[in-house]
Amino acid sequence: MNIDKNARYNVSHEWARKDGDAVVTGISDHAQHALGDIVYVELPAVGKALKKGETFGVVESVKAASDMYMPMSGTVTAVNDALSADPALVNREPYAGGWMIKYTPSNPAEWDQLLDPAAYEAQAAKE
Amino acid sequence: MNRTRLYDWHVAAGAKMAPFAGYEMPITYPLGAVEEHLVTRRSVGLFDIDHMGQIEVKGPKADAFVARMVTAKIDDMKDGDARYSLLLNDRGTVIDDLFIYKIPGSWWIVVNASNRLEDLAWFNAHNDEGASIVDHSDETYMIAVQGPRAIELMDLVADAKISDYPRFSSGRAKVMGVPCLVGRTGYTGEDGVELFFPAEDAVKLWTGLLAEGEKRGIETKAIGLAARDSLRFEAGMPLHGHEISQDIYPLESGFKWACDFEKDFVGKAALLKLQEDGIPRKLVGVELPAGGVPREGYEIQSPEGAKIGVVVAGMYCPTAKKFAANALVDPAFGKSGLAVKIVVRGKALDAMTIKRPLYVPAYRR
Repeated sequence: MNIDKNARYNVSHEWARKDGDAVVTGISDHAQHALGDIVYVELPAVGKALKKGETFGVVESVKAASDMYMPMSGTVTAVNDALSADPALVNREPYAGGWMIKYTPSNPAEWDQLLDPAAYEAQAAKE
Repeated sequence: MNRTRLYDWHVAAGAKMAPFAGYEMPITYPLGAVEEHLVTRRSVGLFDIDHMGQIEVKGPKADAFVARMVTAKIDDMKDGDARYSLLLNDRGTVIDDLFIYKIPGSWWIVVNASNRLEDLAWFNAHNDEGASIVDHSDETYMIAVQGPRAIELMDLVADAKISDYPRFSSGRAKVMGVPCLVGRTGYTGEDGVELFFPAEDAVKLWTGLLAEGEKRGIETKAIGLAARDSLRFEAGMPLHGHEISQDIYPLESGFKWACDFEKDFVGKAALLKLQEDGIPRKLVGVELPAGGVPREGYEIQSPEGAKIGVVVAGMYCPTAKKFAANALVDPAFGKSGLAVKIVVRGKALDAMTIKRPLYVPAYRR
């Protein structure tokens, strides 16, 4: 499995990466591989305020629909519109072109509650 | 859990395996379900479908017995003919759907894995004629070779000219040296064959066909059950437990054409009564034009928000590039071009009833 060493992770397989004062989130390589071909991604409206652990969207693979959870609380400033035409970007580039949302964190200290790359890798390897 | 003789091959190829009808079957390979679907539509897909069952009916009373048990007209079938049929219970709902091959001296009936034991019990319990009923499922392997170049590949590897076989026919041929019953049939909407042969030759034939495809420049890939489902769905073919089941009348899902009302068959009386009373529901295609994946069990609503039906199967269709479902609905909504809603995880999304199938099968072109 590929791990983005610059990101932190949820137990539920979302990643968060700092981009200036903002945070960008998507799902991990491990998650996209487990889901299989992704055919649809539902994302929130820009401007929506979401709490850590709240559902921000749904990723639909050939076999199932899976909720995605906020790694940190924040207000959504951008969503990845490219995923509506090419949801398989999440399979091909989970940490790059397959990003989901960008948000302004309302509690930056939540960053420290996330799993670091080594801890996430160890956790995902057990599944 | 049963394993097919190709289990080790599937695992070595990196397939995701999952239980299906009591067998551990490949759901997808690393190629991915969408690309596997597209390969089958453009070249050749190879399907391990050994979980399917094969029941042979023979003896002097076999014709009368089979004719009474199944819905399709069979008294006009000649050796080599193959035909789709339903197997009904006395209530007129669907125990299973079958492919019936008339072969010299007997009827070769292909049944769904999950229904095989029930089909056999039903046949045996109704065998007033005393026909000989033999289950060949364990010793018979079944592989499907499907796609626009499947027949070209078969002509190269068989000792008979498979391209001379008419659609919905069968014959005996050696394929890569393996004696097969070759049916020009399938479940993908593409041209192709289904091969029945001794189970001990499974690995030899499977790996041989993949290697020959490669050698001859005919793209040939192993395809899992996920793509098999999207291929059959696009082509308008039913999957038992979804579009047809013991809770669904064949007249609701548009299978009157598979029922020969000129003869007597089990379930006929119930269907005649249903025709008089009117069907309670009708199968219709439904599309989500703005996206979203409609899945089994999702509610269908009228534009005003009243429940009018339920999704029985739904998915993203890679060739049609549509998000579509089959739904059993109030017959008033059972035609194309009507605005409806599909409730996707609590949200009623705008949808439209559409014509089926989304992909016209090769045999109808």
